[in-house]
Amino acid sequence: MLSVFILAPFAGSLIAIFFPPDQRGATAWFAGAIALLCFLVAACLYPFVTSGGVLRYELAWIPELGLNFTLRMDGFAWLFTVLVTAIGVLVVLYARYYMAAEDPVPRFFSLFLAFMGSMLGVVLSGNLILLAVFWELTSIVSFLLIGYWHHNAHARDGARMALTMTGMGGLCMLVGLLIMGRIVGSYDLDVVLASGDMIREHPLYLATLVLILLGALTKSAQFPFHFWLPHAMAAPTPVSAYLHSATMVKAGVFLLVRFWPVMAGTEAWFWIVGLAGLTTLLLGAYFAIFQQDLKGLLAYSTISHLGLITVLLSLGSPLAAVAAVFHIVNHATFKASLFMAAGIIDHETGTRDMRKLGGLIRYMPGTAMLAMVASAAMAGVPLLNGFISKEMFFAEAIETHQANLLDTITPYVATLAGMFAVTYSLRFIHSVFFGKTPSDMPKTPHEPPRWMRAPIEFLVLACLVVGIIPAITIGPFLHTAVVSVLGASTPQYSLSVWHGWNLPLIMSFVALLGGIGLYFLMRNYLATSTEGPPVFRLLHGQRIFERVLVTLSWKWARWLEQRLGTRRLQPQMRFLVFVAILAGALPLLLNHYQLPALVVRGIDPAFALLWAIGIACAVGAAYQAKFHRLAALVLLGGAGLVTCITFVWLSAPDLAVTQLLVEIVTTVLILLGLRWLPKRIEDTQESELLSLRVRLRRLRDFVLAIVAGGGVALIAYTVMTRPMPETIASYFLERAYKEGGGTNVVNVILVDFRGFDTLGEIAVLAIVALTVFALLLRFRPQADSLEAPEQQQVQNAFDDDHPDRAKGDSVAEYLFVPSVIMRWMFPVSGMLAAYFFLRGHDLPGGGFAAGIAMSIGFILQYMSGGTRWVEERLRIHPLRWMSIGILVAAATGIGSWLFGYPFLTSHAQYVTLPIIGKIPLASAIFFDLGVFSLVVGATVLILIALAHQSIRAPRAHARALRAAKEAK
Amino acid sequence: MELILSAAIGVLTASGVYLLLRPRTYQVIIGLSLLSYAVNLFIFGMGRLRVNAPPILEPGGVGDLSRYTDPVPQALVLTAIVIGFAMTALFLVVLLASRGFTGTDHVDGREQRSD
Repeated sequence: MLSVFILAPFAGSLIAIFFPPDQRGATAWFAGAIALLCFLVAACLYPFVTSGGVLRYELAWIPELGLNFTLRMDGFAWLFTVLVTAIGVLVVLYARYYMAAEDPVPRFFSLFLAFMGSMLGVVLSGNLILLAVFWELTSIVSFLLIGYWHHNAHARDGARMALTMTGMGGLCMLVGLLIMGRIVGSYDLDVVLASGDMIREHPLYLATLVLILLGALTKSAQFPFHFWLPHAMAAPTPVSAYLHSATMVKAGVFLLVRFWPVMAGTEAWFWIVGLAGLTTLLLGAYFAIFQQDLKGLLAYSTISHLGLITVLLSLGSPLAAVAAVFHIVNHATFKASLFMAAGIIDHETGTRDMRKLGGLIRYMPGTAMLAMVASAAMAGVPLLNGFISKEMFFAEAIETHQANLLDTITPYVATLAGMFAVTYSLRFIHSVFFGKTPSDMPKTPHEPPRWMRAPIEFLVLACLVVGIIPAITIGPFLHTAVVSVLGASTPQYSLSVWHGWNLPLIMSFVALLGGIGLYFLMRNYLATSTEGPPVFRLLHGQRIFERVLVTLSWKWARWLEQRLGTRRLQPQMRFLVFVAILAGALPLLLNHYQLPALVVRGIDPAFALLWAIGIACAVGAAYQAKFHRLAALVLLGGAGLVTCITFVWLSAPDLAVTQLLVEIVTTVLILLGLRWLPKRIEDTQESELLSLRVRLRRLRDFVLAIVAGGGVALIAYTVMTRPMPETIASYFLERAYKEGGGTNVVNVILVDFRGFDTLGEIAVLAIVALTVFALLLRFRPQADSLEAPEQQQVQNAFDDDHPDRAKGDSVAEYLFVPSVIMRWMFPVSGMLAAYFFLRGHDLPGGGFAAGIAMSIGFILQYMSGGTRWVEERLRIHPLRWMSIGILVAAATGIGSWLFGYPFLTSHAQYVTLPIIGKIPLASAIFFDLGVFSLVVGATVLILIALAHQSIRAPRAHARALRAAKEAK
Repeated sequence: MELILSAAIGVLTASGVYLLLRPRTYQVIIGLSLLSYAVNLFIFGMGRLRVNAPPILEPGGVGDLSRYTDPVPQALVLTAIVIGFAMTALFLVVLLASRGFTGTDHVDGREQRSD
């Protein structure tokens, strides 16, 4: 049942995005229905969470890591769920009328639902990691919502700032939660909540506390992280009404309440949370007075009220926690309605600037009444819900919790902040609805549509009802929530309007009268002043934030880049090789590596001779690579062949076959590439004049190379002369036939045991082939390689000189014999590929080798007949080969699902074919077929793409020449 | 056997690393190819060197390490060879494209002091 709260909003979000943009009503109805559904389900679940009941829903996700998809609903989570869904329904109704016809409404509602789902996820998570995941989701979705009008620079900046702040906080919180999980030994919330003492007494408590608080305080916009919230007001008003009343910013205080039982009560908690809360409470209220923007005023008031809740939670007394939970609900109701009212005013007059507004009560008396009641609740006027929780706050502020300065000043700060709250609430009402109507209002206002006001009416009614008869209305629900947080330590408290003449009531009156007096003193100043409080307005949070960001992400990064970075590849490679050598040598040195005894006996002279050639080839290739590329290529091939023979010698026939074939293809490939690399002529004079620097550099590289080579040789020799430890090899050898149905163990490993790896590898091959293809599509060769190659020019000149010869005759004659042979080789190589393929499972061969053999067959045709000749006769569609290959391989894997086995399980048996006889037929052979097809496609695609350049480029060259001539 | 092969791996590595540090793209490609031979032989050698013991079982048989060589490094190297080819192809094309684009075959895309 609990999964509905996550599934419905996210599924709804996906569906909502597909609504046509002009269907504002339908999308709103849909989103509203989802929110309402969640609300109703929550309402139905109430009986299960009363008196400390907990609902759980668990789905194994990565149980090895203690990460389960656990949803958990207790009384407190229930209260939040109801708050989130109920205000969600109202906001959807409001947004239906608020959003303009030209706004992309489906995106709005889609994001809205996603946000609701994330928020419900935060509230209902029963696992710390899951909580962090949903927490980040709220940050990301709120970023998208705040930046909904992304054509507006303010919206983008505000969104970015909100994301940076809450995202950074979220990251800290994740680390904190991980430590917490480590302390407790489980990420399950129930376990964590039961281990309060263990957490508080752990040496890492302070670190955990600070990290988790960073998450909570940034989210709840507490000082000094408060500045993102006012900038988030660039969002559409329904978003503000939702994010800044019931959801986003409440997630922070939600977390504080959630972990209150396990983390609160220590001195560190009191100081950090209390100081942040008290500063925020006072500064937020003070700043709110000086805002000219209606939403700005509400934003700072939100910050201040969140500060109030934070202070309550800092005190560590259960009674204060009750007040905190109560104020969370109250604040959500009156603040949501005030945001909506501000939205209506903006909507109807075209401005939110209080200096430009006035006398609106004459145009919209209904809205004015509602706003007045709501802001009276915000100010804490008796008979409204804000009053009751504020009284509780005052009562708690007077109590002594910890005998220190912060605790002593709390009641005074509280009264002062209460006074400011009265002032800004009064200002909100007085400057907008009373006074004379300014003549320059952008629009003539009137009452909003009936249903746009309905959500406000409902919320204001709630403020009134809760304010007058709290014990009957909110009482039981609050009790359920509080019991689930506090458990046995739930205190006795009374929710009533009248507690007799006591100190809190006097404080309330002082705040009320003082606030009214303060407003009338400052009224004239405020009517004309600029935005923001005096002195502080010079201290722009945003500017500081941006300066920090620029310093961090630009200046320091640049500095580091200049100091440490280089755009040159060689120093980087040198560094890499150096570090690699160190990384290889250090462990050996630290673990007292001892040289193995050198055994010179038992050397096969033939093998030694073989590698004498191989070594000569390798060194020669290294020496020739700069000036004699073709020679280097030939020598490289020599080293490859020696490697290949080594494989045969040392019992690796499969490797030998593959190496040989790959060697051929690589050589062809590089030969094709050499066409575009003109000869580098060695300048003998220059080489004599090589500076000392260059010589030194070469020497250094040479030493590095020798050290690297020597080290690798040493390690190789050491390992190879030691006896073999127990490895997984025995596992494969034992099961290759029994379970894989093939005698060639290497092939069985590739297509069966490690089939998934092979699937990945052929995918890599396909990606590389496509990349090569794409890169060559826009290939522009360098100008000096555009001319036909030297040999071709000589041949063509010879053909031109003799009238009886056509151009291209010479090359055709040169290649006459080879081309006939190569043409006849085509069926042979096809046959060879089929042979390799069929025997692969039992004997050396397999899909890789067969694929390369087949593609060699194709490329031979290109070499013998030329590109045009081949393509007139034979259309190879490498892309089809590749896609069929990967599909067949994947389908074989999926096929085993049909029989109820895991992905890529294979089945083996022998079948008898006519003529050929008995052949092994494992389902893995289809997988191998996929490998084959893909390898053919990829290899041919790479080679053909490169070969095509030689017919494409001359055409382009000729065109360029013609164009140049015409230009003259 | 081991001595020769490890010496061979060492020389291949040294030649490869030296070329890797050179300024011309073609040198780097040849170097990478040499290095990949070295690495393949190295991985292969980790399964120890055996003559006449390919991991091809008798039909119906159950293999063990006393009669057959270790098949796991071979399986790893087999795919490494194919991927190595793909890598060479990709580098070659990047080389050509970069040369066409910048007009030089220096690894940095512009000439440095002579080296």
